[in-house]
Amino acid sequence: MVNRQEKVLSGCAISGILNRKGKKFSGREIIDSIALMHDRSNGMGGGFAAYGIYPERKDEYAIHLFYDDLEAKNKVEKFLNCHFDISVGEVVPTREISSIEDSPLIWRYFSKPEEQKLSASGLEEDEYVAQCVMNINSDYQGAFVVSSGKNMGVFKGVGYPEEIGEFYKLEEYEAYLWTAHGRFPTNTPGWWGGAHPFTLLDWSIVHNGEISSYGANKRYLEMFGYKCSMMTDTEAITYLFDLMLRKHDLPLEVAVKAVAAPLWSEIERMEVEEQQLVKSIRQVYSSALLNGPFSIILGHQNGFIALNDRIKLRPLVVAEDEERIYVASEESAIREICADPDKVWSPRGGEAVIGLLEGRSEIE
Amino acid sequence: MSLNYRCPEFLVERVESNCIECQACERQCANEVHFYDQDFEKMRAKDENCVNCHRCVVICPTNAIGIRKHPSEYKENHNWTAGMINNIQKQAESGGVLLSGMGNPTKKKIYWDHLLLNASQVTNPSIDPLREPMELKTFLGRKPSKLEFDEEEQIKDLPPQLELSAPIMFGAMSFGSISINACKSLARAASEVGIIYNTGEGGLHEDLRQYGENTMVQVASGRFGVNQDYLEAGAGIEIKIGQGAKPGIGGHLPGEKVGPEVSKTRMIPEGTDALSPAPHHDIYSIEDLRQLIYALKEATDYQKPVSVKISAVHNSAAIASGIATAGADIITIDGYRGGTGAAPTMIRDNVGIPIELALAAVDDRLREEGLRNQVSLVVSGSVRNSADVVKAIALGADAVYIASAALISLGCHMCQSCYTGKCNWGIATQEPELVKRLNPEVGFERAKNLIEGWAHEIKEMLGGMGINALESLRGNRLMLRGIDLTDRELEILGVKLAGE
Amino acid sequence: MKRIYAKEEYCLGCKLCEVYCVTSHSASKDIIKAHKLESITPRLIIESSDNLSFALQCRHCDEADCTRACITGAMQKDEETGVVNYDEERCVGCWTCIMACSFGVIRREQAGKKVIAKCDLCIEEEAPACVTNCPNDALVLAERAEEEGVQ
Repeated sequence: MVNRQEKVLSGCAISGILNRKGKKFSGREIIDSIALMHDRSNGMGGGFAAYGIYPERKDEYAIHLFYDDLEAKNKVEKFLNCHFDISVGEVVPTREISSIEDSPLIWRYFSKPEEQKLSASGLEEDEYVAQCVMNINSDYQGAFVVSSGKNMGVFKGVGYPEEIGEFYKLEEYEAYLWTAHGRFPTNTPGWWGGAHPFTLLDWSIVHNGEISSYGANKRYLEMFGYKCSMMTDTEAITYLFDLMLRKHDLPLEVAVKAVAAPLWSEIERMEVEEQQLVKSIRQVYSSALLNGPFSIILGHQNGFIALNDRIKLRPLVVAEDEERIYVASEESAIREICADPDKVWSPRGGEAVIGLLEGRSEIE
Repeated sequence: MSLNYRCPEFLVERVESNCIECQACERQCANEVHFYDQDFEKMRAKDENCVNCHRCVVICPTNAIGIRKHPSEYKENHNWTAGMINNIQKQAESGGVLLSGMGNPTKKKIYWDHLLLNASQVTNPSIDPLREPMELKTFLGRKPSKLEFDEEEQIKDLPPQLELSAPIMFGAMSFGSISINACKSLARAASEVGIIYNTGEGGLHEDLRQYGENTMVQVASGRFGVNQDYLEAGAGIEIKIGQGAKPGIGGHLPGEKVGPEVSKTRMIPEGTDALSPAPHHDIYSIEDLRQLIYALKEATDYQKPVSVKISAVHNSAAIASGIATAGADIITIDGYRGGTGAAPTMIRDNVGIPIELALAAVDDRLREEGLRNQVSLVVSGSVRNSADVVKAIALGADAVYIASAALISLGCHMCQSCYTGKCNWGIATQEPELVKRLNPEVGFERAKNLIEGWAHEIKEMLGGMGINALESLRGNRLMLRGIDLTDRELEILGVKLAGE
Repeated sequence: MKRIYAKEEYCLGCKLCEVYCVTSHSASKDIIKAHKLESITPRLIIESSDNLSFALQCRHCDEADCTRACITGAMQKDEETGVVNYDEERCVGCWTCIMACSFGVIRREQAGKKVIAKCDLCIEEEAPACVTNCPNDALVLAERAEEEGVQ
């Protein structure tokens, strides 16, 4: 994996579709939506997250991996075999696309943690997997875990997003939640691992923007054992949510108020109880505040959260129809696939849009 | 022996054509430099008494006075400098310890000046603080590593916090080391701006009680002025272990400065020397420190954050980690450039380490040990301007203490002669005719202006980086780049070289 | 009316008020020329004893003894501004006002005509020169109710 930098600057396009009833649909629509925002990308990266695509293996962790070469693959497979019981290991199917070149070896493994190792570690299953993923990403040269959640997968690479979608034959997959990203990095590196979505376990994130608080967020996360090895601010956002929602077991609205905190001037005007809560959030999670322009879609098996920075320096539009919620950088990208939604709006800075599957009350 | 072997340090120059013989200079010089010569009918000066405090220069209504380094020079010698030779002559006269005031002035690397800040261009919009909100609010105190809720899903109260409108506090300066008018100026400024000042080890004067919410009361090795009332009077309590200007040694306020007011405030007899021992004689170990921290918390019903102040020394990182686990809510580290009313020159100039390096090391260590959330980190020891503040925050501090800068705002011209007690600016003195030169009405306004000015500048710099809340800068070393630093220095600072 | 008050606790005794009073009442209005080429009598006096000092100027009394004592009617209290002032043309230099003033703030003018010198509150300026130039804000121009009607 070459061209890694401390932080890759980027501007981008994002899009997401959730069917709240859990009905699945092919990747065609999300490809069409992100393709419309072609000009927001520059061919340096595109990618998709799809939830609900592996129903027959939904209890296993679907670990998607990139390898630079066979040597890396051999080493990592040794690690995986040691730490997991792998039921299937296979090449992720792709098709030839003339503009997509230099693709890595792309594999996926359906697996469960190896029981003795897991119990010896004393960790929860999720934490065990998360640590294994971070170990591979930081310690194994030439290998990169693309996604590691259950019944979900991430498909990404260097190219325009619509080309990446074709490359991975996404029209053949069916998911109830799709998110997509087209990348416009203002620095040169286009490496496959650097494309969005970034993931950890079930979490996937697509992100348009630049986090100027990255240095602070990163060092904060490191205190809790996260290794920001992918050198991007997007990765840090994933981990922040993982920390607050999974490890600290906070309600979603608390986590949202930490990353896109209300201004002190707003807090002063709140009712006493809410004021105390938000004030405490800002004090305890001050290092989790995301500063700088961003719009993000955080995907999860239960739904998604779409969020802008608190002074809305990046675009984000939301629309609804009977069964679906759409989010995208531009309204046109929604109208492309849903010409006449029931409702279209632009959420305010710092105001989270939460899309949940019916019957789910929480994201985590 | 009558001959003074030392050359005068300064030369008083007077532009005769401007001098109107108003004698203001004479009346304003406590060192008796200027005098009116009846026979010549003009002003003259005793250069050898001059400490270069600039009081006469500033007060002269016709700008007739200039003070220069005395032109007589020792033969050039990079080893035996004039300062070295003068020091030896002084000691040959007195047989005593060389004393100095204010911070270490020696020519050593100032790391602040080797650090540069970032700014946004294109990919990330810079933010204009005149149009957009820009938040400097800072809370000092212990924070839990995660937010906790009780059975009724109500949020649990956080430990006590100090709330600051900007990440700046006025550092510890006791009433005794500085005048009551200087104390009043800083206390009132702190209260009007919404920050904190620190009593130093001087007790709390009656007139300053009204500023309790903005007061950090200090408990040092002499325990002067400490009682239940005192502990409860402030917003926080600071245990002073060490001071950057004189790590490892105590303090000494000479008896002549202990007048009726100082005596009452410190609770010691008038005219007696106030001696603060080098160590706290009830703290010989980290376990003892823990006991004192909890004794103070018990005494104040766990309502006040407790800070522990140490000087930056070689193993500050390990010490700080110990202090954090001992229960301190705030750790203050004072660097080797930190000021003082009086310190032995050899100690001031040779003991301790730069605050920038100590800060980076301590912040790293606390993070490695997962303790950083539990304590706030405050640094001091020559924070000279708002850019130094921003750099300190980016290296990992929560806030800074400024003391020399605060005194400069009140008039101090850094003549470094505080220990003489003859401060012509009414700051480091207890002589009533000098004390009244600092009108606290004027002083508070100047100190307040300084903080407000710095706060504006900090907002500009943050906005430039595309950040609109100070916490996103804290420990954000990516916002810093080094110049003229070795790889090892960069590594300790955790900063990349400019261009990387 | 607004009068000049001294905060003796902050008076440095530097006498710059005197320097600026002289300059303000000089012909040249130049600090150096006023002191080197003219000989102006300061319109204020500085009282000092040990460490206590303060500047004192005409109190511009409501019922001013000096106006009553003036034999020519040169000394008058201006009804509009409240300033007690004198008409140089009508002053004959009898010094009766000097004897009558209980504050001792009227003096003989050293330069030019033999008239008296007293504070005029620099009425033409924004604030009196002594107040503006006091380095420690120990002189203030203020309206103080309790001082109204001072004799």
